[in-house]
Amino acid sequence: MKAAAFAYARATSVGNALQLLETYGERAKVLSGGQSLMPAMNLRLVSPELIVDIGELAELRGISVSGGVVRIGALSRHVDLLKSPDIAEHAPLLAEAIAHVAHPAIRNRGTIGGNLAHADPASELPACMVALKATIVVRGPAGERRVAAENFFTGIYETDLSARELLISVELPMAGKNSAHFFHEFARRRGDYAMAGLAAQAIVEEGAFTDLRLVFFAVGDRPVLAKVGSGLLGRAVTPAELATASSALGKELDPQDDQQASASMRRHLAKVLLARGLSALLGRPDLHAGVRA
Amino acid sequence: MTVTSSNPEILSELDRPNSYIGKVVPRPNLGRLMQGRGLYVSDMELPRMGHVVFLRSPHAHANIRGIDAVAARGVPGVIAIVTGKELSAIITPWVGVLSHLKGLKSAAQHAIAIDRVCWQGEAVAAIVAVSRAVAEDAAELVRVDYEELEAVTDMRTALDPATPVIHPSLGDNLAFERNLDAGEVDAAFAGSDVVVEADFIFGRHTGVTLEPRSVVADWNTAEERLTIYQGTQAPHMVQNIAALHLGLEELQVRVVCKDVGGSFGIKVHIYADEMATYALSKLLRRPIKFVADRVESFNTDIHARDHRCWGRIGVGRDGVITAFEIDDLTGIGPYSMYPRTSAIEANQVVNLVGGPYVTRNYRARARVVFQNKNVMCQYRAVGHPIACSVTEGLVDLAAARIGMDPVEIRRRNLIADNAYPCASPSGLRFELLSHHAAMNKLMTMMNYDALRAEQAELRSKGIHRGIGIASFIEVTNPSAAFYGVGGARISSQDGVAVRLDAQGSVICQTSITEQGQGSESLTAQIVGSVLGVSMERVRVILGDTDNTPYGGGTWASRGAGIGGEAALQAAKILRGNILDVAAAILQSSAAELDIADNAIVNAADGASRMELRELARIVYFRPDTLPPGVQSELMATRHFVPREYPFAFTNGVQASWLEVDTDTGFVKLLRHWVVEDCGTLINPQLVDEQIRGGVVQGFGAALFEKCIYDERGQLTNASMADYLVPMSGEMPDIEVGHVVSPTSETELGAKGAGEAGTAGAAAAVANAVNDALRPFGAVITEIPLTPQLVLTALGRV
Repeated sequence: MKAAAFAYARATSVGNALQLLETYGERAKVLSGGQSLMPAMNLRLVSPELIVDIGELAELRGISVSGGVVRIGALSRHVDLLKSPDIAEHAPLLAEAIAHVAHPAIRNRGTIGGNLAHADPASELPACMVALKATIVVRGPAGERRVAAENFFTGIYETDLSARELLISVELPMAGKNSAHFFHEFARRRGDYAMAGLAAQAIVEEGAFTDLRLVFFAVGDRPVLAKVGSGLLGRAVTPAELATASSALGKELDPQDDQQASASMRRHLAKVLLARGLSALLGRPDLHAGVRA
Repeated sequence: MTVTSSNPEILSELDRPNSYIGKVVPRPNLGRLMQGRGLYVSDMELPRMGHVVFLRSPHAHANIRGIDAVAARGVPGVIAIVTGKELSAIITPWVGVLSHLKGLKSAAQHAIAIDRVCWQGEAVAAIVAVSRAVAEDAAELVRVDYEELEAVTDMRTALDPATPVIHPSLGDNLAFERNLDAGEVDAAFAGSDVVVEADFIFGRHTGVTLEPRSVVADWNTAEERLTIYQGTQAPHMVQNIAALHLGLEELQVRVVCKDVGGSFGIKVHIYADEMATYALSKLLRRPIKFVADRVESFNTDIHARDHRCWGRIGVGRDGVITAFEIDDLTGIGPYSMYPRTSAIEANQVVNLVGGPYVTRNYRARARVVFQNKNVMCQYRAVGHPIACSVTEGLVDLAAARIGMDPVEIRRRNLIADNAYPCASPSGLRFELLSHHAAMNKLMTMMNYDALRAEQAELRSKGIHRGIGIASFIEVTNPSAAFYGVGGARISSQDGVAVRLDAQGSVICQTSITEQGQGSESLTAQIVGSVLGVSMERVRVILGDTDNTPYGGGTWASRGAGIGGEAALQAAKILRGNILDVAAAILQSSAAELDIADNAIVNAADGASRMELRELARIVYFRPDTLPPGVQSELMATRHFVPREYPFAFTNGVQASWLEVDTDTGFVKLLRHWVVEDCGTLINPQLVDEQIRGGVVQGFGAALFEKCIYDERGQLTNASMADYLVPMSGEMPDIEVGHVVSPTSETELGAKGAGEAGTAGAAAAVANAVNDALRPFGAVITEIPLTPQLVLTALGRV
């Protein structure tokens, strides 16, 4: 289990990294935390000609807050997010989700940029980005572009990012007044990829949703922003409405079978998450208890 | 005599000033391991060492039509590329059968496949290069022309006439069958008030050692001698087999086993790739290193379990069990493993079902079939988890049917504590067990009645918790009855040599081995205790066929009971010899003297007479001052093997308390209790941790671990991400209690404890899940108990 031989370059600046990516294109891979790339290389699932190590690029680090926006540099490690008071205050959904990402050893090295660029559909962070209406900032030969998280993830391990671009940062709007969030996932063991998960961000006013983003993960080829959320706005949700939403969610999702769970099991778990999520967001135990998914 | 106490201290005549037996003392190898100074095979670098990578079959069953290694040979750094045919000139094939397992058959297995591969992962060529990375590069360039054959993967159809026979020369795919019929089974079932039956299904899983299998083989042409550095549980067995198949005398093979990162039975077998590594060293006349990577480990480390066992039980309304019957089927891969064979687990299932209970009526059939999957063999608690899950699952089903508490039905059927010695229907002889004392202790530890009340209260709130009980027996301290009588050259005796060195310290060489159990510690504890020498002055040497007595090693829960007794007896002889010479020096008599705190003392008042250091100085450097005719003998060797009982059976009972989320199918383990009786406890902490580790492996089987093969015989989850080992996050607190019934076959009185945890944990968990699901009418008799399985049983998906 040794990687095939590869060339290695430690990028000295974002410009330098982009130059290398421009030259090598698909034959290069960006090394950030290496938590997905290195195992894949050791298993010889990928054998890049060049590794562009961006670990030294200070401009990609740091978490800052200004103008109602939380900016997270691509090289911020999971542990940085976990410990950041800014994230805890302004993006508590992310703070909660990050604790579910793998294990401390992996969180100490893995980065948010690497995670998002890798785009594992069972990963927590892409779902959080969609729920939080994040903007993904990327830079390439043609300069910088900003992509809404909803449009960034395009398939299993596929994103809008080209081989010649680098993910620079993500920007999240600060959680506003009356915002509420819910995060839960079902994984066989703590730290495993989920069989189904839900990252939800909402605004709740007088017991009703005025905004609700329910993003399911591990139930499709990318994070799924459930359409049923929009039907639950502006009024008190009844158990009957939840049942209707649950059934609609089942139709909306198209999960795959795998060793951990069949498609029907994933669909079922998503419905359980919907009931538990809505119940928690609204503080309504009756919804949780009243629905047998 | 059976002693029950929450914290057994120690025993009678061994309770001396330097008594370490029964005490929690730190293991002597802790510092070395904690400071990273352990020496594992993969740490070793020898001059001119080559690294071997095995090119492995991607097919479960295929003919090899040709191997083209021309391009690979051209890779800079490649030393040799060797096929099975080339290697067969160096090493002979083997057949994994034992004569006492009547009818067991298997086919000849080569170190590297020659014409045909029989499982995905079988080696087809060896690539030897200056580094593992170079060898892997070259391996990608080797072209093998395969002709894919139909793979036999489902054990249920392996014996059908339409299924291809994997080894045509054997006639069919049946490796072994055993039938047992004891008592009056048909009459007993006919006379039962209730008969309950079920199919129990056990997933195939494996041991997942932290350190993978690793070998450095070093053929020294000048000495005509092969040194094998290997993490193995049985160095002398490896020596014998390497010599046998390489055409050498055992004298020409030395096996050195330094630190080992976990074994669990995985490292007690002879693997084809390890045999190939020995042969490559001889062929290429240089040291060769093989370290399995994780993917290879999953594909080639022995797998275990994978049983489908139908069982039924008869009971009266009074809860008395009238009979057991089982029909067990297991698939073992394409070859019976060498030299211990792959029939032992099924054989153990037949032996052990119903073992804790009184009924004499028992019928069993076990069939072992070949498949095109990885080889299967003995893994921690061989057969016990199957037998325990079937027995205890049936007992719980019967209890539920007649409306009796699971503890009560066991109390009515467990063999009485004063009924020993006695034997099981399958002929197992029990010297002294303590089922009822263990159950009583368990009830106190877990506060059973309060827990039942809590369960009922939570049930009314929609929280579904379950209690599962599993009584078990465990085979330990095996005599020659296990392997020797079947013709295997696997020693059942162990030897220990102890000597007083020139500064009064003790060097102790033992044939048992250490893979983390604490063999080194228990040996030093026993020797120090008997000699009256402090433990830090006892150095234990193990794992070297040149430098230890001949013996079996550490497996089947035998190290403490057999190797420990040899250590005790050797130390007693040395103690006598020391006292004899002390008497001569001190003009006293041996009876008037004793040894304590590293000194000769008066037996009567304990007054110090002479430091052992001083005694050793005189003996080794001034023997001229000893009285005429006194020749001291400060080295003693003793061997031990049980003769009275083929196995020292132990017993115990486990209980699980868990919660089932009936919406998601997730099982959360809340608490777990074990009461076991391994006789004398040498180091209670080591015993407790062995039990806990064993329980955790049982949890793995119960909830997580499964080698998932597809219908074409492809192992689809050969990685640590996809094969789920139990992790600390999901583990409950595990409380361990003891009942102590020493075996009278040894002075030490110790029986084995290494497998008790694994034997009963899965049964307790499965019973607890079914207890939690009882209001839903769902019964699950399959492990691992995945959320998918639970939800399916509940009709939710």
